[in-house]
Amino acid sequence: MKVFFLRIYDIYQFSLRFWKEAFLPPYEYKEVFNQFFEVGIKSLSIISLTGFITGLVFTKQSRSSLAEFGATSWLPSLMAIAVLRALAPLVTALIIAGKVGSNIGAEIGSMRVSEQIEAMEVSSTNPFKFLVVSRVLATTCIVPVLAIYMGFIGLLGAFVNVYNNEQTSFVSFFQQAFMKITFLDLFTLVLKSAIYGYTIGMAGCFNGWYADQGTVGVGRAANMAVVVSMFLIFIEEMLIVTLINNYR
Amino acid sequence: MSTGTSKKYQKHSPAAIDCNHSVISLRNIRKSFGSLEVLKGIDLDVCKGENVVVLGRSGSGKSVLIKIIAGLLRPDEGTVRVLDKEIDQLDARELQELRSKIGFSFQGSALYDGMTVRANLEFPLVRNQRDLSRQEVDKAIAQVLEDVGLPRTIDQMPAELSGGQKKRIGIARTLILHPEIMLYDEPTAGLDPVTSVEINDLINDVQQRYNTSAVIITHDLACAKSTGERVIMLSEGKFLRQGSFEEVFHTEDPTIKDFYNYNFISDS
Repeated sequence: MKVFFLRIYDIYQFSLRFWKEAFLPPYEYKEVFNQFFEVGIKSLSIISLTGFITGLVFTKQSRSSLAEFGATSWLPSLMAIAVLRALAPLVTALIIAGKVGSNIGAEIGSMRVSEQIEAMEVSSTNPFKFLVVSRVLATTCIVPVLAIYMGFIGLLGAFVNVYNNEQTSFVSFFQQAFMKITFLDLFTLVLKSAIYGYTIGMAGCFNGWYADQGTVGVGRAANMAVVVSMFLIFIEEMLIVTLINNYR
Repeated sequence: MSTGTSKKYQKHSPAAIDCNHSVISLRNIRKSFGSLEVLKGIDLDVCKGENVVVLGRSGSGKSVLIKIIAGLLRPDEGTVRVLDKEIDQLDARELQELRSKIGFSFQGSALYDGMTVRANLEFPLVRNQRDLSRQEVDKAIAQVLEDVGLPRTIDQMPAELSGGQKKRIGIARTLILHPEIMLYDEPTAGLDPVTSVEINDLINDVQQRYNTSAVIITHDLACAKSTGERVIMLSEGKFLRQGSFEEVFHTEDPTIKDFYNYNFISDS
């Protein structure tokens, strides 16, 4: 029990340090942009593929149920609601947690156990700013961009299915799709994704930063980064949806 | 007891040791990890220009000692003065400034895996001297690589280097900031005897060329004999004996005798 509360205290201190270091100069612009590339550009292919398949399959599965009521014309708006409100931010976050979160945990963990972090410290460089702040900023900023992108690609997948069945035009599909989408939906999409991105970055960095016991510790850091961030993402999803639904 | 390691290991004392001026001064340093007391009241003064070797078995607290000097660990008790500054009294910025004058060569070299040799060397330089031009940075990199004898490795990744080359690049990375103090953590650990002699020569070369003072942590007698003006034997968190290599090992103390004999046997 004592260990658990000490861990909570460490997480609190770690987050506090992030916010302090993020606003204090000098800023590691180059490393932040490097991480934007690592998190964003390198994840585009998997996000595109997953988004397209999710949209296509979800539309296919929903079609039969809606067809029973003769309501297949609702598919575009149904898909827009499903993709933009829930699927895009959640699926993007889970993919990034698996792909980037584990990578951050393993990278920082291996730097910790091979004394590279201490080497930075004695080279008069702030390793927290260089490694942690840059990565958490990158995941916080890039996950919303990727979620919007996945939303678009998901709707594209849905359009392919709708076009094959109803020959609906591209413009008409997107007009119908966005009829039910409000500013609050788009705002929630960005806010949720930013929170998920922050969670992924912090979970990866925290577990890597406190890695010990050699290669076993590195493996554990990578593993914990994914497990903890996925667990927190689901809890956050539940809380945010409950909160936002009060404003609808 | 004979101290008959080969003549070629014998250190030639540099001319510029100034004992009126301590660059490192430790007083009553104590450090524990949980219930294990690792350092039990250490006092140490390192003269300007002097290489001090701290010898001891694994787990005797050697690495903890230099990490305390570098400000990577804080002692539970005692004071650490480095270049006339008390480390405990420094804020983060002052500590960062002081660290730019201390070079630390890690046991495992601690090169940044994801960066080329050039990027490894550039990393501390551009962060400490932000107004340098590209040409000045390139010149400084070429110079330190020349000084450690590895000019051709500049575009290689750390994974492509041998153990000895990694050690040299690790030392080059600290030299690029022209430190006043060098801290070497087990500089010859894991190296073959020939490469170990090359690293020992490099340590002496750095002392002469860069006019550094150094603390060298090792359990390798050849390294101690060839690099240190003063040798200190650390055992169970305390300094057992200090002096020249011959003075330290000219004793009947069983701990020191055992350490010497086992080291000699493993060397043979």
